[in-house]
Amino acid sequence: MSTVESTIAARKAAGSGALIGYLPAGFPNLQSSIDAAVALVENGVDIIELGIPYTDPVMDGLVIQEATQRALENGFKLEHAFEAVSAITARVSAPVLVMTYFNPVLQYGIERFADDLVAAGGAGLITPDLTADNARSWLTAAERTDLDHVFLAAPSSSDARLRLAVEKSRGFVYAVSTMGITGARADVDSAARSLVSRLRDAGSTNACVGVGISSSDQVREVLGYADGAIVGSVLVKALADGGVPAVARTAAALATGTIA
Amino acid sequence: MNLRDELGPYFGEFGGRFVPESLIGALDELDAAYTAAKSDPSFAAELTELHKTYSGRPSIITEVPRFAEHAGGARIILKREDLNHTGSHKINNVLGQALLTKRIGKTRVIAETGAGQHGVATATAAALFGLECVVYMGEVDTERQALNVARMRLLGAEVIPVTSGSRTLKDAINEAYREWVTSVETTNYIFGTVAGPHPFPTMVRDFQKIIGEEARRQVLELTGRLPDAVTACVGGGSNAMGIFHAFLDDPDVALYGYEAAGDGHLTERHAATISRGRPGVLHGAHSYMLQDADGQTVESHSISAGLDYPGIGPEHSWLHDIGRATYLPVTDDEAMQALRLLSRTEGIIPAIESAHALAGTLELGKQLGPDSVILVNLSGRGDKDMETAAKYFDILDTAALVAEDAESLESASPAVER
Repeated sequence: MSTVESTIAARKAAGSGALIGYLPAGFPNLQSSIDAAVALVENGVDIIELGIPYTDPVMDGLVIQEATQRALENGFKLEHAFEAVSAITARVSAPVLVMTYFNPVLQYGIERFADDLVAAGGAGLITPDLTADNARSWLTAAERTDLDHVFLAAPSSSDARLRLAVEKSRGFVYAVSTMGITGARADVDSAARSLVSRLRDAGSTNACVGVGISSSDQVREVLGYADGAIVGSVLVKALADGGVPAVARTAAALATGTIA
Repeated sequence: MNLRDELGPYFGEFGGRFVPESLIGALDELDAAYTAAKSDPSFAAELTELHKTYSGRPSIITEVPRFAEHAGGARIILKREDLNHTGSHKINNVLGQALLTKRIGKTRVIAETGAGQHGVATATAAALFGLECVVYMGEVDTERQALNVARMRLLGAEVIPVTSGSRTLKDAINEAYREWVTSVETTNYIFGTVAGPHPFPTMVRDFQKIIGEEARRQVLELTGRLPDAVTACVGGGSNAMGIFHAFLDDPDVALYGYEAAGDGHLTERHAATISRGRPGVLHGAHSYMLQDADGQTVESHSISAGLDYPGIGPEHSWLHDIGRATYLPVTDDEAMQALRLLSRTEGIIPAIESAHALAGTLELGKQLGPDSVILVNLSGRGDKDMETAAKYFDILDTAALVAEDAESLESASPAVER
């Protein structure tokens, strides 16, 4: 069992589920992004999803686009992502998954990326534009280096594709709650509940729901049927507006949703 | 296997589908609908009828001897896609995809556009078929192609200026994908070029390959032989793929794609994707692209909005790697000089995009010599570019023009009195 899987299992055993928090590396600068990730863990977030800023983030809404764009303008380089993983895992024990579009991994070298991620203490990758049927070289590298590989599942995915996502994922399956991009929404789609149920039918024991979750009530609701809740934009917005103290408060508030 | 038989999703190592899972269902649906339509004679018949009665196909070819004098005396023949309804080759693809939209029962279309030609073509087809239409266009492009924005709005389309990233075509594509994820149940994405995830590169090529099929026949009729070379400008590469495809298995016909080199392909301001890029993943496909060491997309630069794109279709990357086609850079200035030359020698004002092909052909003609025949895809007309051209050549200085008119009237009037 990977550390991500055992972290989720421990929260489930306690009658709840995992809270997974997203922040981009390098926003608003490298040190603050590290401090913010540490603050998430200190305030009840179980797993960190550290995003790598990318010029063409088609899966992301405005809040995350603006943050990652700023990180790039401030001179973010790929090596900073490994530095951040290393610094975060040195300070807290929560596992750190890296969320990245595929081209940076491809250009860095897939095997080299995997080796350097392991060396930095990272737990694995979440790949929004690399689907399970298209990921052979990354899966080979992940297996060699014992890294998690999280693929996405969508309400529009066929049953066959859900089975493939479940079979090929390790860590968890990222269930996209709604047909849309990242960003806070008042209601987390009922599509999420039905997607998780379809993922269970496809054999999933670790389905975490992301996209649109922004309140402790939504976290509680999602953890009622899923194994984890993934929160991103609301944290990024707090960090943008009020720095590390604000993101710490937001994380603490969200974490009340994990109390069974 | 013939080169013409490649159907994707991969062309050699290029192509594929690198998109969020949420879009896979829609791409699968489109692929299935297209595959079914391809083998349905009524689909082909309907498209042929539209070409004949609506967009004006077959487009003619025009030999341009006065222009050719500047190209070492080679015989130069233009394929006149500029004469199509809406002013460029873009309508060929859009009519096909709009018919497909009707077939899959969707009522709304979205599109990205750079120069505005694909947006105008999509807005036109949407008006023709009664579809709701939204076009995403980089804010920078809405400013330099204001006339096309007005055309799209007049045709009933909503134009959304995209303010993210570099505010050009690449970001318009990102924004269209973001919207498509949310609207896929009612909406079809009419993609404008031979890039993007499968099935777009294959499907758009198939809708454009009529250019080369007609031209091959027309050149044979006119000259009694195949051309020595076929040339086209390349941004994403749809007009080039359209004219190249019919000649892929004619080994004696050389194929040349001219990329926008902006200030020069060795400067930092260019859009010469094959000359200066390397393979990577952008907009859903593995292909050559402009990027930095970290795989971040580098912004392109070209005077031509339609070529101002840091990627290229995967089939071109493959044709480059196997040596079947040659891709060469052409600067802003070379293109603008060729635009003026064709205007003055032949009375045809080309789009700035197409002028890149003309500039490349001027050099190629000198190499191939007076016995050679070169077929050029004149992919679009220059009406949309008048403001850019006027500024470039400094011929639209309104104050100076008024003063000049006044002066000539003054000097003319005594003569009248006499």
